[in-house]
Amino acid sequence: MNGENKCLAETNPFTPEVARIVRTYHLTSDVKFFQVRFVDMEKALSFKYKPGQFAMLSILGAGEAPFCISSTPSRPGLLEFCIRKAGTVTSALFRLQENSQVGLRGPYGNGFPVEQMIGKDILIVVGGLGAAPLRSVLLYCLDNRDQFDRVSVLHGAKRPAEMIFREEYFALKQRPDLECRLAVDADDTGKWTEKVGVVTTLFPQLKKIVPENTYALVCGPPVMYKYVIRELIKLNIPKDQILMTLERRMKCGVGKCGHCAIDYIYTCLDGPVFTYWDVLHMRELI
Amino acid sequence: MRILKLQKKDLFRFLQVVSKEAELWAPVAKGEKFAFERILDFSQIAMNTTRTILPPKKIMVPALFNMFYFTDKGYKEDLSHVTQRILFGIHACDIHGLLILDKLFAQAYLDPYFLEPRKKTLILGLSCWPDEYCFCKSTNTHIIEEGYDLYFTDLKSYFLVWIGSSRGDDLIRLSPDIFDDNLTEKDIQTYIQWQSERDKSFTAEINFTRMPDLMELNYKASFWEEVGAACLACGSCTMVCPTCNCYDVVDKQYLGGKPGKRIRHWDSCTLPEYSEVAGGENFREHKSQRLKLWYTHKLQAYVSKYGKPSCVGCGRCLVTCPVQINVMSVAAALEGQKVDAFWKRLTQEVTK
Repeated sequence: MNGENKCLAETNPFTPEVARIVRTYHLTSDVKFFQVRFVDMEKALSFKYKPGQFAMLSILGAGEAPFCISSTPSRPGLLEFCIRKAGTVTSALFRLQENSQVGLRGPYGNGFPVEQMIGKDILIVVGGLGAAPLRSVLLYCLDNRDQFDRVSVLHGAKRPAEMIFREEYFALKQRPDLECRLAVDADDTGKWTEKVGVVTTLFPQLKKIVPENTYALVCGPPVMYKYVIRELIKLNIPKDQILMTLERRMKCGVGKCGHCAIDYIYTCLDGPVFTYWDVLHMRELI
Repeated sequence: MRILKLQKKDLFRFLQVVSKEAELWAPVAKGEKFAFERILDFSQIAMNTTRTILPPKKIMVPALFNMFYFTDKGYKEDLSHVTQRILFGIHACDIHGLLILDKLFAQAYLDPYFLEPRKKTLILGLSCWPDEYCFCKSTNTHIIEEGYDLYFTDLKSYFLVWIGSSRGDDLIRLSPDIFDDNLTEKDIQTYIQWQSERDKSFTAEINFTRMPDLMELNYKASFWEEVGAACLACGSCTMVCPTCNCYDVVDKQYLGGKPGKRIRHWDSCTLPEYSEVAGGENFREHKSQRLKLWYTHKLQAYVSKYGKPSCVGCGRCLVTCPVQINVMSVAAALEGQKVDAFWKRLTQEVTK
């Protein structure tokens, strides 16, 4: 007969660890930035993740939901999230002040293949809140700038007021070691100095790239992918070097609850980063 | 492997002895149907049953249970649904169903809420006889080589008892005098005859080997729309399926300082909000898309991962779906056969 009922908390993959919001502020009217740290300092410093991975955040009483990590593992200690108020969990999260407790478990998912990207040109295409997951890999590339060849960033937002990490992007424009181009769909301020138009209108300005040496990283609203991918294919970037990170309903993050299943894969285990070839192969990804 | 003989009259004596070790669960009659329940009165055990209404997954992961208690100090796991059990009367198809769930709940991360009760449940299988809805011969799950502690093959006046594990052997040793390890030539002949007669009794059949290809080829087939239109999105097929593992999680907060609960309950991919994310984007808005996911999982996806379908031929979707959308009718539609199913009649009535 089998052993006695022992406590499994150590190995239970669903157990959230207690973490604390150390800083939070609005990025736009409905998007907030959260800096979170595991209360246990040891855990905070040893938490290993890859750009593009996600974590499950629990808000006491409101529930649990998946969020991509917006910080970079090259700056350990604090985890950053960039969250839009959209449902029950995020509404509860928005009410929390600094020093509030949350539950945190992860990291989950495959993340971007940063080892394979070493020595390559990196082209990051951001649409709206797509800046949240791509910020991790962007900061990672900047922190390890010597490991990558050319780095280019194309960023599109709806309107200037909805652009998240605005200062960070304008600061990038000042850097000589990368190309950063910004656009808004519509300028309602009259003060926008950059391109007006959707993110694909930035492609003609992009300096000539070496397609076989380029990894293109894309994240944005579902409607954006079709048009951006068309541009990337025009540039002859190989289909398996076009990477995108996708969103799905998830209740576990560890391949059990079934919600993020697509074909024979689970977005939480095999994604959320997929190549354009995966998308063609599996059809229901985007 | 050891095989012993047990006279039928001694079965209850055996179960009585083993039920002192752990909770005994077995099928009992529910009207014309059957259900796994905890046995306190041995006369309730139904012996010659067809499928139970719900598969034995309900014993491993209850339809609704608490995962954690939480307070402002953190989360404390609740594994109170884990207890020592003996499950008697489980058929070969359902044992295969549990083996499939083992793979899902143990892939990449170990899910203690399923695996702990699973480890603590002894599986005492029982042979059965197919009715018109059983097609486990097509899924090759009518025979069982692993996944049980003891397996009882019913040969009318006695059982052949197959010992499948060390724990099963322990159970035998609780009352060794009623088991006979002296198998005669006649016993072997009786067994062979039983098996070939049983195998000849299957009427339902599906060619599963071709299903992955047919799912792929029929990705855009129009019958999915018809099936989607007929589907009630009630979720019954997934509740009764022995290999469906989907679940949802909700937090409950109570007034008065009582610890909150993180509740896990069965979910269904046929329900409208299954693939909906915060903000309203729904990746599978239409019933046809959700049904296609279910059949992809059963007939195609699991095959590409584990080399066999995640359907065990139990026939529960056949007897449960109110509008006849089931593995049998969908497989026939995938093969291009004329299907006299509800969705066909529905379209005829609409066009009339």
